[in-house]
Amino acid sequence: MGPNLLTNYGEAVAMILFVIGFSNLLLQKNLIKKIIGLNIMDTAVYLFLAEKGYIAGRTAPIVVDGVQKMEAYINPVPSGLVLTGIVVSVSVTALMLSMTIRLYRRYHTLDLDEISTRLKKEGL
Amino acid sequence: MNLIQNFPFFSIILSMFSGTVSSVLPGKAAKWLNSAVIAVIAGLSCVLLVYLTLTGESYVYMMGHFPAPWGNEIRAGVLEAGMALFFCIIMLLSMMGGRKKLIEEVDEEKHNLYYILINLLLSSLLALVYTNDLFTAYVFVEINTISACGLIMIRQNGRTIEAAVRYMIMSLLGSGLFLLGICMLYDLTGHLLMSNIQQEIAVIVSQEQYTIPLLVTIAFMSVGLAIKSALFPFHSWLPDAYGYSTVSSAAILSSLVSKGYIFLLIKIFYRVIGIDIINGNKIINILFVFGIAGMIFGSLSAIKENDIRRMIAFSSVAQIGYIYMGFGLGTEQGMTASIFHILSHAATKSLLFIAAIGLTDVSNGSRHFQDLTGAGYRNKIAGIGFTVGALSMVGLPAFSGFISKILFAQAAVYTSGKTIVTLLVLGISTILNAIYFMKTVIRIYTPEKTEYETIYCKQQKEYTITIILFILLNLVLGLGSQPITDWIHSGLSMFS
Repeated sequence: MGPNLLTNYGEAVAMILFVIGFSNLLLQKNLIKKIIGLNIMDTAVYLFLAEKGYIAGRTAPIVVDGVQKMEAYINPVPSGLVLTGIVVSVSVTALMLSMTIRLYRRYHTLDLDEISTRLKKEGL
Repeated sequence: MNLIQNFPFFSIILSMFSGTVSSVLPGKAAKWLNSAVIAVIAGLSCVLLVYLTLTGESYVYMMGHFPAPWGNEIRAGVLEAGMALFFCIIMLLSMMGGRKKLIEEVDEEKHNLYYILINLLLSSLLALVYTNDLFTAYVFVEINTISACGLIMIRQNGRTIEAAVRYMIMSLLGSGLFLLGICMLYDLTGHLLMSNIQQEIAVIVSQEQYTIPLLVTIAFMSVGLAIKSALFPFHSWLPDAYGYSTVSSAAILSSLVSKGYIFLLIKIFYRVIGIDIINGNKIINILFVFGIAGMIFGSLSAIKENDIRRMIAFSSVAQIGYIYMGFGLGTEQGMTASIFHILSHAATKSLLFIAAIGLTDVSNGSRHFQDLTGAGYRNKIAGIGFTVGALSMVGLPAFSGFISKILFAQAAVYTSGKTIVTLLVLGISTILNAIYFMKTVIRIYTPEKTEYETIYCKQQKEYTITIILFILLNLVLGLGSQPITDWIHSGLSMFS
C-alpha cells in the first residue's frame, strides 16, 4: 500500500479531488458552488486518465522521422477520452449555468433549498 | 454484408438527422416528421427483429472500417432489436396521448424544439441499446440526460426548472461515477469495446489479480447507473420531475429514460463484466437491498401523496425497486423477470400518466384527490385507462403486471437464501400498491354532485385511440407472455 501510493501519487490526488468535487456537488446549497464541484469532479477524472495514460520518457505517437520502436510512444486513446470528456462537461456546465440564471431571475437567490421552500409556499 | 444489418445504424442516424432538420421546420411539419421517423424506426427495428430471430445469431457491425480493438462497433441481437421496437412504440403512443396537453402548455414557437429533444432522446436511447463500446455509451448517457432535462423544462414554470436542476445534479453525480468506472476499467483491461473487455476480465479473474480494483469498478458503474435510473435513496428528484412536466415528458421519462440506463446496466453485466462474475459478486446484494427498500418506501410515499401525478411518480420508485431486486437475485430467472418488468412497467406507467391527465382535465385541472371524485364518469376512456393501469400495477391476472410478479416469485423460489425475503416483500409491496391504486380507482368512480365539464370520446379521438392501444399493449404483454419470455431468454443467451 505505502510504496504503491507514493508511485501513484497522481492517481491518489485525482481520487481525493473526485471526492471533493462529488461531495460539493451533492451537499452544497449554493448552485454556483455545486457547479464548481461538478467541474472539480470531472477534472479529477481527466487527471486520473492523464496520469494513467502517460509513461515517463515517452512521447505522443506523432511520427516525424520514421517509426521508432513501440516503447517510444504512449497510448493516445486516454488523451482522446479526456478531450471527449471535456466537451461533454463543458456542455453540461453550460446547461447548468443557464438553468441557474433562470432560477435566479425568478427567485433572486441561488440557494436551492430556499427555492424549494418558496415553491412549496406558492403551492403550485 | 446484408442490408438489414445496417438498420441499427440507420435508426440512430435517422433520428439524429430528423432532429437537426426539425430545428428549421415549423411546429406542425416537425410534428409529422417526428411521428413518421419514430414509426419508420419502429418498422426498421421490427424487420431487424424478424431477421435476427430467423438467423438465430447476433452480429457485430463495424463503424468506420476500423477492425475490432481500435474501431467503434454496434452490436445487435434479438433483445436489442426488440427493445428498440418497444421503445419506439411507447414513445409514439406517449407523444400521441400528450399532444393536446403539449399544445396547451408549451409556447407555439417552442414546439419544434420539443420534437428535436424527442428525436435526440430516441437516438441516444437506441445508441445505448445497440452500442458495443463503453465510452460511446458514456457519451450517449450524457446526451440522454441533457435531452431529458430539456423535456422536463419545456413547460416553463418555477417548479419544472427546479425539478430539472435537481434532476441534473443527481444525474451528473451518477455519470461522474460511471465515467470513473469506465476509466478504471480501461486501465485494468486496456480496451473500450465490450467484448474485448470481457476477455481481459476473464483473464484477470482467473489469475486473481486486481480483485479490489475490479470490485470498486463494478461498484462505481452499478451505483452510477442506479443513481441515474432513480433507485430508492436517489429518487428525490423524481416526483417533481415527473409530476410537473408536460404529460408526454412524464410518460417518456418514467417509461423510457430510466429504462435506457437499466438496459445499459444489463448489457454491462452480461457483455462487459460477465454475468458469472457479477453473480458471484457482493455488489448485487447491495442492489438487492436497495431494490427491496425502494419497493416498500416508494409505495409508502405514494400512499401519503395527495396529488395523483406525484403518486404515480412515487409508484415508479417502487417499480424501479422491483427491477433492481430482480438483478439482486443473481439468477437468469431473476434477470428475465427484471427485463419483463421493464416492458410491463413502461407500458403501464405511460398509460397511467396519460390517463391521469384526462382525469385532471375534467376536474378543473386540479390534481388533488378530493377534486377527482367521479372523474371516471366525466371522462370515460381516461377512467377505463386508469383502471386498467392500476389493476396491472397491482397485479391482476390478464394484465402485464401479473406476469412480472409471477416471474419474480418464480425466480425467488429458485434462489437460495433470498427466497423468503423476496416473497415477503413482494407480498407487502403488492398490498401497498393495491392500497393506493384502488383508493384512486374508487375515488374516480364515486358519484359526485358538483357540476364539472364532461369530455366525451368523440371530442378527443387521438387520445381515445392512444388509451385503447395502450390497453391492448398491456393485454398483449399479459396474455402473450410465453413468447415474450422465450424471446428474453434467447436474447440473454445471445449476450454471451
